[in-house]
Amino acid sequence: MKASPGSRIHNLTGHVARMLIVLVLGGFLGATLVRLAPGFGVDTEELDTRLSERSVVALRQSHAMEESLPRFYFDYLSKLLHGDLGVSESLHRPVRELLAERFPETLKSVGLGLALAWLAGLSLAMTSVMSRLWIADLLASLLASILLCVPAAVLALLFVIAEAPGRLAIGLIVFPKVFYYARNLLAQSAGLPHVVTARAKGVSGLRVFFWHVVPVAGPQLLALAGVSVSLAFAAAIPVEVLCDIPGIGQLAWQAALGRDLGLLVNLTMIVTLITLAANSGAELVAQPLRPGEA
Amino acid sequence: MRRIRIAAILILAVIAATCLLANFVAPDSYAHQFRDIPDAAPSLHHLLGTDDLGRDRFSRLLYGTRVSLLLAPAAALLSSLLAAILGGAAGFAGGWLERCLMATTDLFLAMPWLFLLITVRALLPLDVSPLISVAITFALLGCLGWAAAARVVCADARTLCGSDFVLLARASGGSGFRLLWRHVVPNLTPVLFAQFWISIPIFILTEANLGILGLGVAEPLPSWGGLLRELESFSSLSAQPWRFVPLVLLIVTVSCFHIAVRKQEAWA
Repeated sequence: MKASPGSRIHNLTGHVARMLIVLVLGGFLGATLVRLAPGFGVDTEELDTRLSERSVVALRQSHAMEESLPRFYFDYLSKLLHGDLGVSESLHRPVRELLAERFPETLKSVGLGLALAWLAGLSLAMTSVMSRLWIADLLASLLASILLCVPAAVLALLFVIAEAPGRLAIGLIVFPKVFYYARNLLAQSAGLPHVVTARAKGVSGLRVFFWHVVPVAGPQLLALAGVSVSLAFAAAIPVEVLCDIPGIGQLAWQAALGRDLGLLVNLTMIVTLITLAANSGAELVAQPLRPGEA
Repeated sequence: MRRIRIAAILILAVIAATCLLANFVAPDSYAHQFRDIPDAAPSLHHLLGTDDLGRDRFSRLLYGTRVSLLLAPAAALLSSLLAAILGGAAGFAGGWLERCLMATTDLFLAMPWLFLLITVRALLPLDVSPLISVAITFALLGCLGWAAAARVVCADARTLCGSDFVLLARASGGSGFRLLWRHVVPNLTPVLFAQFWISIPIFILTEANLGILGLGVAEPLPSWGGLLRELESFSSLSAQPWRFVPLVLLIVTVSCFHIAVRKQEAWA
C-alpha cells in the first residue's frame, strides 16, 4: 500500500515539530548551562587595571540583566526570532557575521569528507560482501579498524605532516563507521533466503546486489547517511583546528578556549539543527522504501 | 577468532598491569624535570628520551596510560549506571515517564557529542588542579555519554517487561520494585556489561581528542591526549620517530579493546 499524501504531510509535520521541540529544549538547556556556569557574569576585562571604577561597574551592569534565567532565555529567544544571534564575547563580532563567514568552509569540508567516506566505505563494503574473498574483507576491515583506533585529532595532524588537504581527514574519520555498518547490513541482507536462492539460480552478482540486497539494506543505509552528517560535523572540530581551516569547528574551539559560551551554545544548536534535519530527511526518504510501508 | 581475542585480552592485561605498577616501573616521576637535557634522544636511563621540558617520556607514557586506563572505565561505569537508571526506569515504567525520558535521550543524541563536550568543558573553572581537571574531563565523558546506551537499555527493559516470566511474576503478585530488582535488572546485566565495555575505547579516544585540542587533562599530569600533543611539533618528528610511541600504544590498546569487546557488541 502506498503512503497517502496526507500521511506524508503528517510525517513531515511530526518531524518539524520534533525538531522545534528539541531546539527549544536544547536552547533552554544551553542557556541554563551558560547561566549556571561558575564565573558567569565575571569578565576578565574587569581585571584590567587601566579601567576606572565606573567602567568596571558598567561592565558588571552589562551582565546583570542576564542574571535571571527566564529573562536570559526570553531575551535569547526573542533575539533569535529577529535573526540576532548575539555578539561573540571573545571575538567581539556578531555571531551571525561569523557564521556567514565560516559556515561555507565547514560545509565544504563536511561535504567533501562525507563524499569520500561514503565512496570508500560503501565500495569496500560492497567488495567485501559480494566478492566473498576473505582477503578483501580482511584488508578492508584492517584498514577500517586502524582508522577507528586513531583519534580524529591525530589523523588531522598526520594530514598536516603529510601536507595533504586537511578536509580529506574528515572522510577518513567517518569512513570506518560507514564501512562497518554498511558491511554488516549488506552481509545480513546477502544472507537472506531469497538472495541465496537467487544466487543458486545463477543470477549474476551485480543483479543480485542491486535487485535483492540494496532494496533490503537501503532504508537502514539512509538512516546511516543521516547519522554520518553528525559524525562529520563532530570530526570538523579537530580537523579544522589542526589543519587551520577557518570553519565553525575552529570557531567552536576558539570559543571554548575563550569561554565564549554564548557563541558555543549557538554553534551547538545550529549543528544540532542540521543533524536533526539530516536525520529527519533520511527518515522521510527511507520510510516509503521500508517493506510494508511502501 | 577466539585466539585473537585471548591475545588481545592478554596484551591489555600486560599494558594495564605495567601502568598500574608505574610507581615501581617508571624510572622517574612524571613531573621531574631534567633541565640540563631537554628534548634528549632515547638512552638507557630515558628509554624514550625527554620532552621539551626535560621530563622522562617513558615515565610520562606509563603514568599517562594509567590515567586513561583507570578513568575511562570509571567514566564508562558512570555512563552505564546513568543508562541503567534512566533507560531501565523508562522501559519498566512505560507511559509518560518513558516518553519524557526518551525525549531527553533524543535531545542528547541529537546534540553533536564533541560540540556538547567542549561546551560543557568550557563552562567549568579553568584554575583547577591537574587532578581535578582529570576528574572533570572523565566525569563529563561519563555524564554525557549515557544517551545511546539508555536507548538500548530502555528497549531491552520494555521487551523484558512484556516477557512471559515477568507477566507470570506480576500475576503472582510481585510488586513493582521486586519485579524490577529480581527479574528485570538481572536480565539487563549483559546489555549493561556490553555498553560498559563498548564505552571504554570511545572515552579513551575522546579524551585523546580533547587533550590534543588543549581541553583535556591539565599539565603536568600526563594523559594520552597530552602526550599526543607532542606530535604537533611535526618539524622534528621525522628525526624523532620515538615520539610516535604513545600513538602506537594508544592504537594497540584501543584495537585490543575493540577485539575483546566484539562478542559484547552482539549484545548491544
